[in-house]
Amino acid sequence: MSQSLIPTSIQWAVHLLTLLLLPPLLPGLINKVKALLAGRSGPPVLQLYYDLAKLSHKRALFSRTTTWVFLAGPIGTVAAGLVAGLLVPFGHTGTPLPFEGDVILFAYLFGLARFLTVLSALDTGSSFEGMGAAREVTFSALAEPALFLGFAALAKASSSLSLSTMLLGPGVGSGRIAGPLILVLVGWAIVFLAENARIPVDDPNTHLELTMIHEVMVLDHSGRPLALVLYGASLKLLVLGAMLMDPLLPRTTHAWQNWLVFYAGLGVLALAVGAVESMTARFRMTKVPQFLIAGILASAFAFLLLLV
Amino acid sequence: MNNKSMRIIRNGESLPLAEVPELSLPAFQEAILEGARSGARLACLCADGDLRLFAVLAEDAEQRLRVARTRLDGSRYPSLTPYCPQAHLFEREIAEQYGIIPEGHPWFKPVRFHQPWSDQPSPWGRQVDSPPGVTNFFQVSGDEVHEVAVGPVHAGVIEPGHFRFQCHGETVFHLEVALGFQHRGLERALQGGPHALSLKQSETVSGDSSIAHAWAYCRLVESLAGVEVPTRTDRVRGVALELERAANHVGDLGALSGDAGFLPTASFCGRIRGDWLNLSAEVCGSRLGRDWLKPGGLRHDLDPAMAQRLLPRLDQAWADSRDAIDLLWGASSVMLRFEAAGHLAAAQVRELGMVGVPARACGVDLDVRKDHPYGPYRQQPVPSSLAESGNVQSRAWVRWLELAESQKHLSLALADLSRCEQDPPAGPLPPLATDSLCVSLTEGWRGEVLHLALTDGQGRFSRYKIVDPSFHNWFGLALALRGEQISDFPLCNKSFNLSYCGHDL
Repeated sequence: MSQSLIPTSIQWAVHLLTLLLLPPLLPGLINKVKALLAGRSGPPVLQLYYDLAKLSHKRALFSRTTTWVFLAGPIGTVAAGLVAGLLVPFGHTGTPLPFEGDVILFAYLFGLARFLTVLSALDTGSSFEGMGAAREVTFSALAEPALFLGFAALAKASSSLSLSTMLLGPGVGSGRIAGPLILVLVGWAIVFLAENARIPVDDPNTHLELTMIHEVMVLDHSGRPLALVLYGASLKLLVLGAMLMDPLLPRTTHAWQNWLVFYAGLGVLALAVGAVESMTARFRMTKVPQFLIAGILASAFAFLLLLV
Repeated sequence: MNNKSMRIIRNGESLPLAEVPELSLPAFQEAILEGARSGARLACLCADGDLRLFAVLAEDAEQRLRVARTRLDGSRYPSLTPYCPQAHLFEREIAEQYGIIPEGHPWFKPVRFHQPWSDQPSPWGRQVDSPPGVTNFFQVSGDEVHEVAVGPVHAGVIEPGHFRFQCHGETVFHLEVALGFQHRGLERALQGGPHALSLKQSETVSGDSSIAHAWAYCRLVESLAGVEVPTRTDRVRGVALELERAANHVGDLGALSGDAGFLPTASFCGRIRGDWLNLSAEVCGSRLGRDWLKPGGLRHDLDPAMAQRLLPRLDQAWADSRDAIDLLWGASSVMLRFEAAGHLAAAQVRELGMVGVPARACGVDLDVRKDHPYGPYRQQPVPSSLAESGNVQSRAWVRWLELAESQKHLSLALADLSRCEQDPPAGPLPPLATDSLCVSLTEGWRGEVLHLALTDGQGRFSRYKIVDPSFHNWFGLALALRGEQISDFPLCNKSFNLSYCGHDL
């Protein structure tokens, strides 16, 4: 951790504020990049903030077939995202809640969120949402190994099971791990695109309900629960984005520089996602598993390299 | 082909009803079957209120049509469909419109869910107009099979239609399409015409094919009135039709790209389609070409000065279109999607009597502009654009080739029009021939548009039949989905881009 001129409590406050307020900016940035690359002016960067403000005033409509489970999805997603956001470091500043083994909790928080989202989708009884749920669990079963093998590789390199040390520890910057680290990040980049329902795995902008994976599971939500769904999705983008970027961020001497580097990194990430989405079409759904398996292989090789 | 019993006519020719051979029912059906066996297409099969059936066979290679009629003794007759699948939807339509039951029809259901126009009872025992889409759907049963119902209200701004998928996981066993939500009663409204609204009604058969339908209507009325339009007028009509084709093909290629999640072409084409539409608007004030044509001539002429003005804008729109669409062909991720989805075989196309872009994408060479040339296409033929594979990529590719051909046609036609003198405005039309039949075909951007009219003793339409290309092609979409991924349906549907309202009339 860098030399801190700012007391730890303020660091935590900045971390917390970033976690709470920044996420809706990311989809806005990605959409802006996509629009500019396609020659459009696009929606405002702050559009998701406006949407959330609007939705928070709207009443939710509930289908007669739904029960309380229907609400567990949106609430669970946001809750899991917030807790996970406390475990992952935002750049080279500490996390509020580091402990040995938090990486397992981190991974399963997303598992829990997915489980709740799938349940709430099935609760509607809609054939679309059932289809989306089936796709989501199929594909995430392939995304999870890539995530875990990446964790295994980093745990081996840093001899730790705490995210802060694994992502930012002294071993991570050293030359020995450079090769495996690149492989891990490739695997995780695939996980990042898949988990956040981005092109080429899923299309967050499509209106075609038969082709959706993630979006179709939340079709029945409206009003405040929909606001939670949208906010939860952007939270996931931030938290997984931080995880992906951390090993790449340079060390700085001052804490405030850390934060600047972190924010700049997020900007670059949004730019990269926007560029990928502008350059490729979505995969055919039967090709998605192959893409995810490529992620598993990348992480697995990283782990193997560190074993020898 | 020596189907002697049916009378040969040319596209747009009218003839007295007495000269349309009246065959006995078995001879009539045999004539159709023989035609179908020897490669002719059943372009139209319809009934009128006097229990008469009319058939139009298209012998495309010989550039001619054949017509015949028959009179039924009662409201039942043996169905043709088991022997000639092309007749399947026509027979259902006849049953719905006039209560005439085709016995032995393998898939006997309503088409548009309205009550018979005659006094006959509904063949399905329906007392009142039921909501569209309420019928028994084909079902596959089993523990692992699930059914997905989509529509009639969709997530995008598109027309209403109901789709039932029988799926095994992600694989589609069967798709059934139920339409009729946009039934407006156009054919009945046209009966008793031509009246002040008739042209408007033809233009609104399918709003994106205004020119194709308006032109078919105009040629039919002109033929019945015995009027020959000047060559220059035909030239302007050709410009109108090709502008309509170009705008829609650009829009479709953009939409296909958007459905595959490839944004650049989707965004650019959205704008460029507007540029093409604006060329139409420049001439007639309507982006969709409404009020451009009128029977006997043009409501808005394209004068030499305007033709001169349009030429650079045409070149610009074409250059922009080419740039945007080249991105699409260059993206391997898009081609991967396009080539894997929506395969249809040429044999299926012929069996169902499909027309237009989906037929040409299977290498079936059908184009009214070439097969039954009319207007400007007699002097300046348009080569038909073909592809081989019959998948989404082929349908997109055919659109692209046609766009290039339209552009060539347009630049030649506009250059011509900027040089030649205007005709004097057309006068009022003489009354229509009495007791006659006329068939008029045009090639809209979707495919063959057919208008058929019968006139009564006063020269009024006693029956007006419209066949939009979508009517022939909807079942092809259902076949293209068999064994495919349900997630590829939207892409596949867009590659056909059929008209709901053109089918529902």
